[in-house]
This record gives sequence, C-alpha cells and structure tokens, in this order.
Amino acid sequence: MKRVGLWGALGTAALVLIGMLVGFVWLPQSQDPSLSPFAAWCSAFGVPRTWLTSTSIAAQPRTSKVLLTHDLLGEAVSGDVGHGATLALRCSICHGPTGISYADSPNLAGQYAAVIYKQLQDYRTGARENPIMTPMAQTLADRQMRQLSVYYASLPRPPAAAIAGRGPEIVRWGAPMRNIAPCGSCHGDIDHTMASPWLKGEPRNYLRGQLIAFADGTRTNDINGQMRAMAQGLTKAEIEAAVGFYAGDVQ
Amino acid sequence: MFNARRLILAHFWIAAIAFLLALVLGEWQMIVRSPLSTWVDNPEHYYRSLTAHGSTMGYVFPTLIAMGFGYAISVASLKRDLLGLRWAWVALALVIVGTATAMTTVALGRASVLYTFYPPLIGHAAYYVGLVLVVVGSWIWVVLLSLNLRAWRKDHRGERVPFAMYANLAGAYLWAWTAVGVALEILFQILPVAFGWKTTIDAGLARVLFSWTLHAIVYFWLMPAYIAYYTLVPRAIGGRLYSDTMGRLAFALFLVFSMPIGIHHLFADPMVGSGIKVMHTLFTAMVAVPTFLTIFTICASVELAARLRGGRGLFGWLKALPWDNPAMLAIAFSFVMLGFGGAGGLINMSYQLDSTIHNTQWITGHFHLIFAGAIVIMYFVIAYDLWPHLTGRRLVALPLMRLQLWLWFVGMMILTLPWHLSGLLGMPRRMAYFDYTTVATQPYAWTVVVSVLGGALVLISGVLFVFILAAGHRTVRSEPEEYRFALALHEHEATPRALNGFAVWIALMVGLTIVNYAFPIWQLAKIPTTSVPAIYVGGDQ
Repeated sequence: MKRVGLWGALGTAALVLIGMLVGFVWLPQSQDPSLSPFAAWCSAFGVPRTWLTSTSIAAQPRTSKVLLTHDLLGEAVSGDVGHGATLALRCSICHGPTGISYADSPNLAGQYAAVIYKQLQDYRTGARENPIMTPMAQTLADRQMRQLSVYYASLPRPPAAAIAGRGPEIVRWGAPMRNIAPCGSCHGDIDHTMASPWLKGEPRNYLRGQLIAFADGTRTNDINGQMRAMAQGLTKAEIEAAVGFYAGDVQ
Repeated sequence: MFNARRLILAHFWIAAIAFLLALVLGEWQMIVRSPLSTWVDNPEHYYRSLTAHGSTMGYVFPTLIAMGFGYAISVASLKRDLLGLRWAWVALALVIVGTATAMTTVALGRASVLYTFYPPLIGHAAYYVGLVLVVVGSWIWVVLLSLNLRAWRKDHRGERVPFAMYANLAGAYLWAWTAVGVALEILFQILPVAFGWKTTIDAGLARVLFSWTLHAIVYFWLMPAYIAYYTLVPRAIGGRLYSDTMGRLAFALFLVFSMPIGIHHLFADPMVGSGIKVMHTLFTAMVAVPTFLTIFTICASVELAARLRGGRGLFGWLKALPWDNPAMLAIAFSFVMLGFGGAGGLINMSYQLDSTIHNTQWITGHFHLIFAGAIVIMYFVIAYDLWPHLTGRRLVALPLMRLQLWLWFVGMMILTLPWHLSGLLGMPRRMAYFDYTTVATQPYAWTVVVSVLGGALVLISGVLFVFILAAGHRTVRSEPEEYRFALALHEHEATPRALNGFAVWIALMVGLTIVNYAFPIWQLAKIPTTSVPAIYVGGDQ
C-alpha cells in the first residue's frame, strides 16, 4: 500500500497497453484478416476509408440542386425588396398583386424567402415542372430570384394564416406507426424546418394538388423524398383533413 | 457550520425548489405519454418539459447539492471558516441567474433541445449561456474548495487531510475536468451557431466533446452520495468506517476512471473508431473496481456497527442494525438500487450488448434508477443530516422521514423496473407519444402505466421531502453539537502519501483522457467535410 501511486500508474499503463492490443491489433485483424496490420490499425482508430463503391443502377428522377444552408440567400442588400417588387409585377396575375392568389396559385405573401428561392431554382433546373412557371423561371437570373424571394417574404401573410385552432390528428401527431411525421412539425404551428413552406392560408386546390403530386411521384424536388414518403402513406381522409386545416377551415 | 450556515442553507433550498418543480414536470411527462392520456396536443410542449426536467435534474439540482454539501464538508472537516465566502455567494448568484435564464428560454419554447443538446439541433443562445453560467459558478466552487484546503495545509503541515475533505476535493477536481468537454462544445461548437455567426455544425465532434462530460458527470452526481456512504452513515448508525485508506483509494480511482469512458454513449455513432470504443469499454469496466471497493468497505462498516450493537451470526447481525434510522434505511435502499442499476449498466457499457438496448427506454430507466434512485436518496440523507446544523432546530419528524424514504424507494423501483422492461421490448426513448394500439407496441402499454404509478409515489415523496425541510424551520430551537464525520476503525493508521494528495490521480485522469479522446477529437476537427446545417428549434414562436 505504501507505493500505491506508483502501482496505480503502472497498472493504468498496463491497462492502456492491453486495451490497445485488443482494440487496435487483435480485434480488427481477427474480424477482417485481409487487412494489413496498418490498415486494421487505421480502421480501429476510425480513420475514414472508402468502404462502399456503388454505381447508379437506374436513372434517378431529376431532383433539386439547391444546397440548403442557413446562409442560402447570403447577406441582404438594400434595395433587394424594391427590385423584387418591380420584378413581381409579372407574377401578380396568378399570385395576386399583394402576394395573395385568387387563382388557386400558392399565396406568396409572408412565405419564407428560402422556400420561394428554392422553388424558383427547381423550376429553372427542371427539378419541378409546371407549364407556366418553368419558362418564367428560366428567364430569371439568380440575383433576381433572391430579390423576388425577399420581396414576397416581406409582405404580410393572408388573413387565413392567422386562424388558430387545434389541427386535425395528422397535423398535430402524424401517424407514428406509419412513419408519418406531424405536418405541423415542419410546416409551422409546432415547429418549422428550413425550406419547408408556411402552409396556413394556402389555397385548398393547390395544397391538395401538391400532396397528390408527391404521393404519385410526379413531383420529385424533395431531395431525399421526405414529402413523397409522407404523402404516399396518407389516406384520402387524412389528405382532406390536412388540406382543410391549412386552407383555413376552423376545426 | 462556522460562517457558511446561510450559504449552505441557500444552496439546499434552491436545489429543493428546483428539484420539486422538475419532479412535477417528470410525472406530467410520464402521464402524457402513457395510455392513460390522449396524445399531447402539441408535441413540442413535451420536449420543452423534457428539456426543463433534464436540465434542472442534470445540471442544477446535483450541482447545488454538491456545492452546498462541499462547503459544509470544508468548514466542518477543516474546522475553520470558509475562505472566500463572498466569492461563494457570487458563485451561487451565477448558478441562480444561469438557471433562470436557461429555464425562461426553455419555457418560451426557444430551446427544446433536451439537456444533452443533440446538435445539429440548435436552440436560442440564452439557454446555453445560462448553462455556462451554472458551470462557471460551479468552477468557482472548485477553486474555493481547493484554496480552503491549501490554507489548511499551510497551517497543518505534515498532517493528514481529513477523509471527507479528500473525497470532497476528488469530486470537485473530477467536475472541473469533466465540465471542460461540455464547455468546449458550447463555446466552440454550439454558441457560434446559436448566435448566427456560423450556420453549420460538426455534430459528430460536438457529440464526442459532450461524451467527455456525459459520463463523468454521473460520477460528479455520485460523489456527494458516496461521501455520505463513507462519512455520514457509519457515524449516524453508531459505527466506524472500516478503512480510511480504502475509502481514499476508491475516490482516487473514481477520479482516474470516470473520465476516459464517455464514448460508451456513442457506441452506435459511426464517426468514432471501433478500437477507441473498445478502450472506452475497458475503462468503463474499471469503474467496477472503486464501486466494489465501496460496497465492501461500507458493508464492512455497517456490519461493524451491527456487531457493536450486539449483532451475532453470519447474517444475524442484520437484525441488530438501527432500521428506524433514516440513514440506515436510505443506504440499504441506495445499495439495492445501485445493485440493479449497476447490473443494467454492465449491459450498457458492453460494446456488443449495448446494441440490444441502445436508444430504448431501458437507458432512461437505467439512469433514473442510478441517479434519481441510488444517488438522490442519499441527497435526502445529506439534507436531513445537515438540517439541524443549518437551522439550529431539531428535525423531529422521524416517521415522516422514514415514510418519505420508503416512498422514494418503492416508487423508484416501480417506476424504473418496468421502464427497463419496455426498453427490452424495443420501446424507443425521446418520444412525445406512442400508438399503443398495434400488435408491435401494445405490450409496452402496461409497463408505462405501472411506471406512471411509480412516478406518482416518487412525486409524493418529493413533496414530503420539501415539507420536512420546511417544517424543520419551525421546530424547537436546539444548539446542535459539532458536526462530525465518521471515524475510521483504525483512525491512526498511516496514509500513503499518494492518497493524501491528488497529483498522481489527476495526472492519470488527464493522461487517460488524452489517450482515449485526443485522436477522435483531433481527427473530427481536422476533417473539413463533417459539418452539417444546423436545425434551429422554436423559430416560429
């Protein structure tokens, strides 16, 4: 007991040595004898290595090329909103002069800028298709898309967006056993995730149309298929419930 | 309690209030995710509550207990006024301000990220800043304890540091070092993103840094309980500590082996190499050594007390123990829970077996059994033991204290054992609600209902605890005798030099941290492609 410090240090050093022999030499080599001692050692330390090479087996549908980061739109430049307002004149026939549509096109007033920007980019690259929007977007430069986005984001949301009330089950809870997240956890009310649109107050027909397009795979600009996975699992009643809630039906 | 009476009392009262509020949240969570309730209307409220419960119970409550008890040990064992009393009040103020800031942010729904943070989730900066203040407050405590011991040593050259103070400092130094991980994570990973200076975060690196803190923090929680085992219980039941040296060795070994083990929380994480995980498994297993040393020493001490009271026979001495003494009752309960919890822990720490229960309710059951069970029941004993010395009044409600401890023990067992079972059945953790109607999930249902009932007993016990403390301010005044700690059986045996200081053990703690953490941290910091976009929570509110 007298030299407990010395023995403690020696014992700990011995433990380190034994652990290293087991963890970095014996186990990795016995699990994969084809590895050289050095490769086994590196792999046990967690040095990244290429362990999967795959080639695409089928043509993938075109999907978004927009890399979603929080600085997607960069620093706001003064005058962007004003330029956007001028550019928006060409959008107002469908999306309304105040960003509120009377033609079942989506309301853009108060929509998140990143959402509008991403959709415009997706129309331009063909990741999302629409006979009217595709040619419109192709005439816009990247800077103009940013200006349009910040302009619409600056407008007040439609009155229906303010309607409160308990959403239907699918909006509040999703369907856990079918891996369907609550709509509200991305699209507002519960929480919001980046580039998910604010849906409250959107036109009923537009919402229904998009859910069906995600479900049948005609809309594919959700990169990892998040919305397709959700929409494909929804029942008709759930689609109607969600659409009704977001379109402003009081629950 | 020399000059620190009001200071210690303040720590315990704030801890008790925070504890009670968090306890109510805990039971609410149990109810709303059970089949007894419809699904919580807004799942975000559940996570808000969970964050508040975890942050309070994980950071605030045990830190305040460790600080208050730590000051008490310092003045009572060194038998002198606390040096730096004003700084101690500053530290407490920092903890209070930090807690209030963090909890307000959580209550407003701006930081529902749970107490383990889970980057890339990012809450409002005020939440993290609040927690940093709590940690800074606790670091002041570490420095104060260290300075107090140093001043004592100057006046008592060549003397043996009182055992209680030695153990106290072991806990403080352990905390100082283990909190560095979470401090690095918050300061260099999370806060720059929370303030908006960066929008991506290296979630893997952040998790590795958090694991630096995440396991050793459990031993920081544990230290006051272990100090109570060694220094309060033998005295309270009329016995002696079986071996002072064995006790010191146990605390020294906790200092060494608590740190290099946190990656056992990351067994399922791909960014850490398997060899590193093997090393962490090995050192986690080593924690069994100081644990068994403690169990042996304490059982021997208790047996000693029983035999002094006339206990005979191989097991007959058990009957001679003072079972009506709350300290005796609590330590027995604590050992039972430590036994079950420790056995479960062997599964968690094993690289292979962990995969059967990783991220299931088993884990939540496990850490509640160990922390809320085995450890917190000893916090009650500490409070009861100190109270007459803090209030200058007798604590007379012995039957109520026994009832409170019984309720806590029975409630905790009923709460956590079914919780383990549901985990084995595969029930995932961190869910706001469960669909209990399907074939796959229906077997969970009864376990959760039973846990709710256990939780209710625990809540009643918590209310009783606070009531007993409050009532303790209104009983008859009595000048308490000097506060003392258990004497060792061979009080004058020589203590090896290494066990009268910390140099060797701190060197080993830091050395092992470097061996087991340096490479994963260096590698993740070096690779530029490991960052992901942050997910800000509570943005719409």
